[in-house]
Amino acid sequence: MRFALTEEQTALRDATRELLAHRCPPDLVRAAWPGGDTDRVTGLWRELDELGLVGALAAGTVDDVGMAALLTEVGYAAVPLPVAASAFLAATLVDPLPGPVALVDDRAGGLTHFAAVASAFLVLDGSRVRLVDAGDAELVAVSTVDGSLRAARVRVPAGAGLELPGVDPALLRDRADLAAAAELVGLGRRMLDLTVGYVSQRRQFGVPVGGFQAVAHPLADALLRLEFAAPAVLAAACSLSGRDVSAAAVLAKEAAEEVARAALQSHGAIGYTVEYDLHLYAKRAWALASTVDTDAHLGRLAAALDLTHPAGGPR
Amino acid sequence: MNLDWEPAQQRFRAQAREWLAANVPAQPLPSGDTREGFAAHLEWERTLHAAGWSVVSWPVEYGGRDASLWEWLIFEEEYYRAGAPQRVTQNGIFLLAPTLFEFGTQTQRDTLLPRMAAAEDLWCQGWSEPGAGSDLAGITSRATRCEGGWRLSGQKTWTTRGAFCTHLFGLFRTDPDAARHRGLTYFLVPLNADGVQVRGFGRLDGDEGFADVFLDDVFVADDAVLGEVNQGWRVAMATTGSERGLTLRSPGRFLHTAQRLVDLARSSPSYTHRQRDAVVRGWLGAQAYQWFTLAQVTDIVEGRPPGARSSLNKLYWSGLDIELQRAALDLLGPAAALDDSWSRGFLFALAGPIYAGTNEIQRNIVAERLLGLPRVSVCVSR
Repeated sequence: MRFALTEEQTALRDATRELLAHRCPPDLVRAAWPGGDTDRVTGLWRELDELGLVGALAAGTVDDVGMAALLTEVGYAAVPLPVAASAFLAATLVDPLPGPVALVDDRAGGLTHFAAVASAFLVLDGSRVRLVDAGDAELVAVSTVDGSLRAARVRVPAGAGLELPGVDPALLRDRADLAAAAELVGLGRRMLDLTVGYVSQRRQFGVPVGGFQAVAHPLADALLRLEFAAPAVLAAACSLSGRDVSAAAVLAKEAAEEVARAALQSHGAIGYTVEYDLHLYAKRAWALASTVDTDAHLGRLAAALDLTHPAGGPR
Repeated sequence: MNLDWEPAQQRFRAQAREWLAANVPAQPLPSGDTREGFAAHLEWERTLHAAGWSVVSWPVEYGGRDASLWEWLIFEEEYYRAGAPQRVTQNGIFLLAPTLFEFGTQTQRDTLLPRMAAAEDLWCQGWSEPGAGSDLAGITSRATRCEGGWRLSGQKTWTTRGAFCTHLFGLFRTDPDAARHRGLTYFLVPLNADGVQVRGFGRLDGDEGFADVFLDDVFVADDAVLGEVNQGWRVAMATTGSERGLTLRSPGRFLHTAQRLVDLARSSPSYTHRQRDAVVRGWLGAQAYQWFTLAQVTDIVEGRPPGARSSLNKLYWSGLDIELQRAALDLLGPAAALDDSWSRGFLFALAGPIYAGTNEIQRNIVAERLLGLPRVSVCVSR
């Protein structure tokens, strides 16, 4: 029994955090928004690829637990690229990757994050799994609350792409939800760090507002949620069991949502602007959280606990 | 990450499980917070001790079996899984003993620990006073020097099982001129000493689980001081982590409650989606505490002490317990009004956010010491 990252994983995680602090600061996230300098974002992909982050799992540099820790850092930086879909899903199926791969999941009705930067799509359609060249798909751009999502509705012709036989789409859906959970924990930490920084220097009534219990206690609760979601993400990455993935997904989603709420409230009006950075992380968290189907996960946990007969039948 | 138990740990679990299966009373004992129930529990404590299971993590010489923290965790899981009785000796074993191991003299350890392990001495905690709850450093009970020892006067209150215990460990003011936290000393007091009066009173559930302890010029010898004179705050705080965190409320307790809740739902004639989700979330909360704890124990055994993180444990398990009990009462419907194990569990759970340092104080500690926020009040963390 040992419930912790290895020294090597910890070092890699820390190095990734440091790298992303330099290479993916808030203004790079802003560059992915409409009207931004998208060349910078493309440059970041090349860098992450060259550094081996994208191919780390396929290359055996990290295992799923190590990658989950790295995805938490990807979340912390709100990297505006399909790192999770590429590095945690596609890279386990295709080597080498054709470039950034975005996930087209029928659970989302084809609404695809980072579709505009993808070279290819990993398409989960019922029981089929396909890799489809971006040129073979039809993209309808959409406007999203998180402008750095570069999202589109992606339609893939029935015959298009390369079918990946023997790949269980249910496992890929679990990996997608686990990746979202990992990123959500990172986003939560980022929002909390920003908030602690802000309320420690913002003065009202002659003192920093972070010294008021009415401000401090919700932030303590926010930390509590994150600290109990983070181990669940690692446990799920270790076992990859459906039960544990569902547990991690629900805990991380709700933690990030609570942190976002507390962060916005604690900032006051400054947080309610697009000039301040908080919204970059909050909006990404909301977008990722929306991909996690809480009812489906609670239903799966209920089934695992043999609680399958609620009055009124299945929901 | 490696989430498998070692073969030796599995053997330890099997051994504990086998012994508990053979020895746990088939009928639940009456509440240990009543006079009759306490006596029944003492018998159980002595059975545990005779078989070497009363203080598994202590050294063998004091009645333990030198169990690792991992094994202790396993024992707790098995203990609750077996539905074994509440530990009426826990405040001595889990709160005073760690302090004795860290600050006691050899003589204090040798005389007090074996009797504590055998449930011969029964310890209650004398910290709170009528005017000093969350503001613990505001205590006014005092100890004054005299020939060969000290004379203690004052009142302790909300003392758990004080009416049934034989000894009290507590903080007394020894230097009235020093700053609040500095003039305190940690004393070990026999409750049969002249000048001690104990009055039991009912908790929220009506059991006589609380007591006032009145001390009127009570003499104790010099060896009743634990740690150094005027260092009582430091001595007491050094082991608050035990109280708030892991050792007071291990995950095994809540995993078992969660399993009972799941069983209750399964055996209910029907349940709604809302009720089902509440049960699932209760189970999920217990599982999250288990994972958090496995990470925490890994940290501890690898030399990364939890420090203020034990306040996270306390905030979490106290909230979780209420959530679990409420989900059960909701399933029970009108039967929730009956005085039985779930309604009692609910009433007891409501105490969780209050005892062992209120959750308001824990949030202050988390804010200041984990988040690094500005100091939230004048005297929260030493």
